[in-house]
Amino acid sequence: MKDYAAECASLETVPVSTSGDVVSMRQMVRILAQRGGLSLVHQTKLVTAASELGRNMLVYGGGGSVRAASVTDAGRPGVFVEFRDKGPGIADLDLALTDGWTSGNGMGLGLSGARRLVDEFDIESGPSGTTVRIVKWAK
Amino acid sequence: MTDRVPVLKIGEVLLVSIQTDLDDQMVLDLQEDLSNRIVATGAKGVVIDISALEIVDSFVGRMLAHNAAVSRILGAETIVVGMRPAVAMTLVELGLSMSGVRTALNLERGLKLLRRIAAGRA
Ligand SMILES: Nc1ncnc2c1ncn2[C@@H]1O[C@H](COP(=O)(O)OP(=O)(O)OP(=O)(O)O)[C@@H](O)[C@H]1O
Ligand SMILES: [Mg+2]
Repeated sequence: MKDYAAECASLETVPVSTSGDVVSMRQMVRILAQRGGLSLVHQTKLVTAASELGRNMLVYGGGGSVRAASVTDAGRPGVFVEFRDKGPGIADLDLALTDGWTSGNGMGLGLSGARRLVDEFDIESGPSGTTVRIVKWAK
Repeated sequence: MTDRVPVLKIGEVLLVSIQTDLDDQMVLDLQEDLSNRIVATGAKGVVIDISALEIVDSFVGRMLAHNAAVSRILGAETIVVGMRPAVAMTLVELGLSMSGVRTALNLERGLKLLRRIAAGRA
């Protein structure tokens, strides 16, 4: 994935340390999606993916911060969102990205589903934390 | 103390109309409130109106499915009404089957469906 964060003139940042913060973060992402001209279906997919990743960050990563911005690619608008936590990381990424795999009592759909819902998906994880970056383009 | 979603009793039916974007704690509270109210009121049907919800993610989806299953054991049928088309499309792509959850287009049809179920015709 391109380094969208470096390219952006203005990134909005919100901390996520409570389930109420996840709600505010979803609202921020929706506003960017609306401004970027994403269709209603695309907005819904992006916000749903953000909700899943924000919850994972809170539940497994002990919270973290979310940065988001409007981006463009060859004139096409989109929304970039980055979820960064300093939690224990994901030992086996392939396994974590498998539909139905959960280490807790979830349904194991958050990560794999979020990846399907967006156009670009990038995940880095290690013992010092997890960072997930996504982009959804207006089509 | 966080906000709670109101559960209204109208005749034999409990009506839940979700009007705001719910945080996870509100979702859990609603799940608990609903089963308590089913037992306390002896309601035979529950209608959950989600027409105001802009997204349904795995957490809310699981609550809806869980609630349908628990209600059924407690003797009440649940109908989820008003799901937006964009939400339905997103749920499918997310991978949530929502099996076991009865749905109807809107409140009116949901209530009609409950009456048919009560009469043993659905
Ligand atoms: N930010 C994270 N830090 C550490 N582990 C994570 C993180 N995100 C996901 N995981 C791990 O990956 C697994 C799969 O995540 P996924 O979101 O797909 O499922 P879930 O959260 O268990 O269930 P669901 O999201 O369907 O309720 C989690 O159970 C958890 O072990
Ligand atoms: Mg999850």
